[in-house]
Amino acid sequence: MFEEVGTTTEGDLIINVGPQHPATHGVLHLVITLNGETIKNVEPHLGYIHRSIEKMCESLTYRQFIYVTSRMDYLSAHINNHACAMCVEKGLQLEIPPRAQVIRVLMDELTRIASHELWWGAMAMDLGAFTPFFHAFRERESINDIMEETCGARLTMNYMVPGGVMHDIHPNFQRRVKDFLQLYKSKIHEYDEMVTGNVIFQNRMKGVGVISAEDVISYGCTGPVARGSGVSSDTRKHYPYEIYDKLEFDEVLETGCDSFARYMVRLREMQQSIRIIEQLIDNIPEGDFQAKTKAVLKLPKGEFYSKAETARGELGVYIVSEGGTTPYRIKFRSPGFSNLSALNHLVKGGKIGDLIAAMGTLDLVIPDIDR
Amino acid sequence: MWSLSNIATSIDQWLNETFNPTLALILEMLIAGVAVIGLFAMLGLILVIMERKVSAWIQIRLGPNRVGPKGMFQSLADTVKLLVKEGMTPGGSDKLLFNVAPFVAMIVAMLLMAPIAFAKDFQLWDLNIGVLYISAVSSISVISILMAGWASNNKYSLLGAMRSGAQIVSYELSAGLAVLAIVVLTGSLRVSDIINSQADGWWIFKGHIPAIISFVIFIIAVTAETNRAPFDMAEAESELTAGFHTEYSGMKFALFFLAEYVNVFIVCALGATLFLGGWMPFHIGTWEAFNHVMDYIPSSIWFFGKTFFLIFLIMWFRWTFPRLRIDQLLNLEWKYLLPISMFNLLLVTLIAILGWHF
Repeated sequence: MFEEVGTTTEGDLIINVGPQHPATHGVLHLVITLNGETIKNVEPHLGYIHRSIEKMCESLTYRQFIYVTSRMDYLSAHINNHACAMCVEKGLQLEIPPRAQVIRVLMDELTRIASHELWWGAMAMDLGAFTPFFHAFRERESINDIMEETCGARLTMNYMVPGGVMHDIHPNFQRRVKDFLQLYKSKIHEYDEMVTGNVIFQNRMKGVGVISAEDVISYGCTGPVARGSGVSSDTRKHYPYEIYDKLEFDEVLETGCDSFARYMVRLREMQQSIRIIEQLIDNIPEGDFQAKTKAVLKLPKGEFYSKAETARGELGVYIVSEGGTTPYRIKFRSPGFSNLSALNHLVKGGKIGDLIAAMGTLDLVIPDIDR
Repeated sequence: MWSLSNIATSIDQWLNETFNPTLALILEMLIAGVAVIGLFAMLGLILVIMERKVSAWIQIRLGPNRVGPKGMFQSLADTVKLLVKEGMTPGGSDKLLFNVAPFVAMIVAMLLMAPIAFAKDFQLWDLNIGVLYISAVSSISVISILMAGWASNNKYSLLGAMRSGAQIVSYELSAGLAVLAIVVLTGSLRVSDIINSQADGWWIFKGHIPAIISFVIFIIAVTAETNRAPFDMAEAESELTAGFHTEYSGMKFALFFLAEYVNVFIVCALGATLFLGGWMPFHIGTWEAFNHVMDYIPSSIWFFGKTFFLIFLIMWFRWTFPRLRIDQLLNLEWKYLLPISMFNLLLVTLIAILGWHF
């Protein structure tokens, strides 16, 4: 995929990490060339989970293909759906009712928190600390409960449809979200106590996996990976969709360029998401939750592109329509793929332990990379 | 009053009355051997369930709660599972070394039981270099790990074993120097002398500053020596899947596992003996009445209480700290712990000569 392993010399150790390995977060295969404990080269191999989602989408209608995308980045299912729905809406030039817009943003931000929670626990586990994983799951579980009540699923939700959301929020929704906010605020200091402030953790993260702003741009990294190197890349700010331009929140930027900076970006992003939810939860406008659409959608001939900020970065959806009920071609620009491409750059010259730490801060979801 | 030494004495008396002295001695040795193996197995069971319960408590989980009352038989079920699993030897491995390594690990752990005083007058072998014996024999355990890693024909195992070699050999130094601090204060390497010298207070209080420094260094160094997190570089499951024992299955794996737990017990027992008075009850200087009340608690309870407190401490580390990187681990030892413990040895010598301890 990147540089050849041809630089191997006598005495180098070639190790396969994955496709089944506790630290590859799924089925990623890394061919590592080691000199002692020092990494000379890392070559990611993909294809172990390939399900040809893009091809599959071409045989599904504009309503159906959105469901498949929940299975892509399964930790950001809502945001995936959202990006796809927006692309179809662009083609149909649909107006979304304000109530649906607010519900969508609320769901997106809850998803972002849940995704970052899971990342936080998994990241600590990569570094050998098990306990944070369970503590993160405690909070994530209450988000999952909210999701389950509203859309019937805990992981691969299918809630966003072209024109709005599938059905109205559950009567308990507002109360449970507020309960969650209260729980979260009482627990967030534990995260800093348990992980952020730990000397071993800081030594493992600071100065590890350094990538400059220029390199971030040239590798096409987005999301917290880019923002950890000070590159402003928040789609919600630069290309606001739904009601994001009316909301008050900060784009979290860190200038450390290292693993610790990426860690801090995600940690602070969770707090920004909380800020957004707090602004909206008591102000959900009354009205329709879905625009009136035809049963079978037909997009006009042409090319449509939309993008959304998932927990991992920018997800782009590109649809080529020939005017029929199914798309002619669909292409996803997934954030994980570009972020993974920077892995070799991040870890070269570091120790094998750094590989695990730096890979953890990329927040890889393999089905998102290998669609 | 009930005590372990009374039981031991009556067994000894009965054997000597019934058989001739040589046969009695041989029988006693056999009993001691069986007792050590029994203790070994018991410790394995107890420490596994304790580790699970402690981790569950820290991780806001329930932990094992199905097998037996409050899940107490969980480790028995685990043992059965390990027993019935196939013990495989991977192709291309060095078969002899691969199969011998777990036994070396276990035998070393068993040998270490000899000089430990489990209760008042209850000790297998009170040799005059007890502490030196423990630090000498415990360094053999690294050989079993190197053997296992090398013979496995697996790169993860090899890396784990090499890390472990570097780590254990380095941390032996700090652990040794921390032990020496108490030896300097006591003036003896004999375990019973060390415990008796704490009759008017434990060394961690009597030896004040240098004793506390060496206690902290001792705990850090033995955590590293027993390959426990945050120093579990030899296993490092997120990097090397299982490190040196990746290729081991069933009972062969269980022996490594048991040896690790027994090693934890032994270093904690040593720590309790050196710094917390071993089986010696909590005594304060010349407070006769208070000391007398404390003596009513059996000495074995004092010993196991202190030891399990230290074990709990080491388990606590494991479930809260992230793992260090290998270079950071060696830096910590060679750049910080070793200079500090050398300075501490000077300090403790000065204090011992001038008699500035209590």
